[in-house]
Amino acid sequence: MALKLSDYKTDVHNDWCPGCGDFGIVNALQMALAEMGIERDKATIFSGIGCSGKTSHFINTYGVHTLHGRVLTFAQGGKLANPDMTVVAVGGDGDGLGIGAGHFVAAGRRNIDMTYIIFDNGVYGLTKGQASPTLKLGEQTKSLPSPNTNSNVNPIGLAVASGFTFVARGYSYDVRHLKDLIIQAVKHKGLSFLDVLQPCPTYNDVNTRDWYAGVDLAKESMERHSRIYKLEDTRFDPTVNYAGEVEVNEKLSQALIKSLEWGDKIPTGVFYKNELVSPFSTRITDNIPNYLENPPAKQTISNNGLPNTDISKILDSLDV
Amino acid sequence: MTVDFTWLIGGPQGSGVESGANIFSKVCAQMGYQIFGKREFYSNIKGEHSYFTVRISNENIHSNVNDVNLMVSFDAETIFRHFDEISSDGGIIYDSELENTDTDRVRTLDGPFKERLHKFLESKNKPFTIAGVLEVAKEKGVKLFPVSFKSLLETLSDEVDNPRLRGLVRMYNVLGVSLSLGLIQMPSASLVDSIDDIFSKKPIIAEINKQAAHFSYNYASNNFENFNHNLTGVQKQSDTILVQGHFGTSLGKMVSGCRFQSYYPITPASDESVYLESNEILEIENDRPGSTIVVQTEDEISAIGMMIGAALTGTRSSTSTSGPGFALMTEALGWAGINEVPIVITLYQRSGPSTGLPTRHGQDDLLFTVFAGCGDFPKIVYASGDIEESFYDTGNCFNYADKYQIPVIHMMDKFLSSSVVTCKKFNSKKISIDRGKLLDAVEGEYKRFAFTADGISPRSKLGMDNGVFWNTGDESDEYGHITEDPQIRIKMMDKRMSKLDLALESIPTTQQAASFEVHDYTIISWGSTKGPILDAQSMLKKEGIDIGFVQIKLLHPFPTEHVKSLLKDAKVLIDIEANHSGQLGKIFKQNITRDIDYHILKYTGRGMTSTEIYDSLKKIVENKAAKREVLSHGA
Repeated sequence: MALKLSDYKTDVHNDWCPGCGDFGIVNALQMALAEMGIERDKATIFSGIGCSGKTSHFINTYGVHTLHGRVLTFAQGGKLANPDMTVVAVGGDGDGLGIGAGHFVAAGRRNIDMTYIIFDNGVYGLTKGQASPTLKLGEQTKSLPSPNTNSNVNPIGLAVASGFTFVARGYSYDVRHLKDLIIQAVKHKGLSFLDVLQPCPTYNDVNTRDWYAGVDLAKESMERHSRIYKLEDTRFDPTVNYAGEVEVNEKLSQALIKSLEWGDKIPTGVFYKNELVSPFSTRITDNIPNYLENPPAKQTISNNGLPNTDISKILDSLDV
Repeated sequence: MTVDFTWLIGGPQGSGVESGANIFSKVCAQMGYQIFGKREFYSNIKGEHSYFTVRISNENIHSNVNDVNLMVSFDAETIFRHFDEISSDGGIIYDSELENTDTDRVRTLDGPFKERLHKFLESKNKPFTIAGVLEVAKEKGVKLFPVSFKSLLETLSDEVDNPRLRGLVRMYNVLGVSLSLGLIQMPSASLVDSIDDIFSKKPIIAEINKQAAHFSYNYASNNFENFNHNLTGVQKQSDTILVQGHFGTSLGKMVSGCRFQSYYPITPASDESVYLESNEILEIENDRPGSTIVVQTEDEISAIGMMIGAALTGTRSSTSTSGPGFALMTEALGWAGINEVPIVITLYQRSGPSTGLPTRHGQDDLLFTVFAGCGDFPKIVYASGDIEESFYDTGNCFNYADKYQIPVIHMMDKFLSSSVVTCKKFNSKKISIDRGKLLDAVEGEYKRFAFTADGISPRSKLGMDNGVFWNTGDESDEYGHITEDPQIRIKMMDKRMSKLDLALESIPTTQQAASFEVHDYTIISWGSTKGPILDAQSMLKKEGIDIGFVQIKLLHPFPTEHVKSLLKDAKVLIDIEANHSGQLGKIFKQNITRDIDYHILKYTGRGMTSTEIYDSLKKIVENKAAKREVLSHGA
């Protein structure tokens, strides 16, 4: 029986603030799962802590709401043990780029075949709006006593530099585009990263929905001048098409340069894509040839309550 | 006749002390002796003093003793640090080129040690040189066997016409081992095999080492005067293996079906993970090969996170760490607790606090482990007393984790990890595998945290058909969704905490604590002190002094009833632990409301010897002991 969008929704009460950008992301994720027809019990959504951490409870697949900053660690462990399942990790920008930044970088180095989505809103919402890692230096959102004294992290740039092999940005109010990006990310062979701009209507009064829509830019003409544009509407080609230093460096550099674009023009879409880097599972099968057919979660470890692992060769080598 | 002989080899870290000791141990084990070897080393890669003591006996031994019967050294520092440990009937093989070396020439001799040594030598009216300390030893009766390692190599090099051998100081360890074996007349047949074993990946090096071994063995036989100790071999005991400290838990993990291990490098725990990775492909009876995925993570937080993620897929999962790493894991430990995830953390303790004595022994983490994590949640803390036991205990720990759906911390320590011992061959069929309420299929509606009579809910796994569930570090309802409802909170807390009672009821008492007789004077202890305690106990028994010993293995939940009943006839309780505050004693008192009469404690970072424990117990029996005996043997 074909799965419908509603099959991916739980009846858990959603207590996000009215108008929260997170709604768009959950919808896009559910739409993507439905469109790809991924069975509910073959996907796990891992989430971090904060408003975005509740995401896993709203999606009717396996859902693991983990610890602050640690979502990638749980997700990678799950995927390595059971590589057959689709794994999507989600969390806020404070979660992934503040407390969890070390895991973010390390995950890039592994390139495990899964997807990581950051709900990027510049504030720690659930603790009442402190500055988070993507808030720009000198900006002062509603609940800050004084302007932000830290420079911001560049999530796209960091992902590219850390080794993520699919790096893209979406906007939570463009749900269809976001859904398409999620599908591309999940289908990507390797670790994919999605930075989703997600206005926090309660605490971020700087990067608001109107700001992204460019209402301030349009004051004179009363026309809409959205800041958001799509890379695919330009001649930007994010894909590493062949293995070679020149090609790889060129695609990496243009992604990095593009990631710096902010202000009146904010690019969304795919910044970088490289499927020529071996996913972690390939690196494992180099040593353990039957890993994918017989992964940890599928192995039989006992027979009638007794172990079936035969260590007699090792023991014999220890004989005196 | 009882053979009880202790050999010590020392040298700068990186000079092959460990491989030398391994060759020596192997040769002696193959000649039928029981071995108890222990390595001591600095937190250093090259240059600092490391040494290995190997005790050899024809009877079962479980510890080191204070006296060394033969020391071999190819550097000055070993002699300066250990000359006073040699028994009056013992001997020292040393490099005669070092005789004039004074303490200032040995840059790794630290100030406080040098000061103590100088004071001692001054009192004896001896110079601060190797010759000086050797004179002291000689006056005590110790036999000296000087040999120039340099000319030994030169002669050998001429004899076999291999100029490469000249000045190959890397070979000093094998020279030292072979000189020792020649001196004690240990048959050399297995020396060659042992060298082949140790250098199995480097045949050319094995070859020259064998030449050197042969040559120096004969040199000792022909040139050294008679020695009091001749070890010519005894009847081999069947089914004996020679194992290193981490083999119990690593092989135990393979057999128990642990298929995922994540870790971050830390002494003395990493050896286990590296060994698991080296043996990652597993032979499975009547099936295709299995495998253990071993992941080196970016930190210990990631190690426990990954392990939990893997455990949620139904995979038996584990990590191995030491105190500082475990400290980082405690937040996630609580997550595993509230989400009822079966995980096993193998905790190879070392001496803290903080980085402490990073390569030295300690049992300082008991209280921390029992109370680790924020909030009230159930966990099991279990401790093994020796390497053989740790193999079977590993199997039990995984079963506890699965049956009670609970995190289990399996406590080991540096004393165990850096030991090399003979023991009975591990028997895999004595390990059972009980996955508890792990499901293979789900029919109908599923609730991961369903309330049940025994507090344990049937467990689905990520990716299983129809088994969708949710987890959260928040309090949750039966499905695993967040709730802050006060009534559900009570039921959920009660459900989880009831598992501690269930564990106490259902873990067999033989697994909770072991009694090695109970007498008026009875020792309570936990972990690796078991070995030296057993040996001290039998030393006293030979003198007609009976001391009891109860080894507590299940440390949390504390087996109050069982321990109480074991100790009902004990009049004087003696707590023995390698920490400062007598941590087991505190837990004991909290649960059993009975005072400990004496503590025997050691926190120098060096393991206890049976001699020290014997001495303290004797003082206690003779009513000459302090309430708190503090041990300090060992360089």
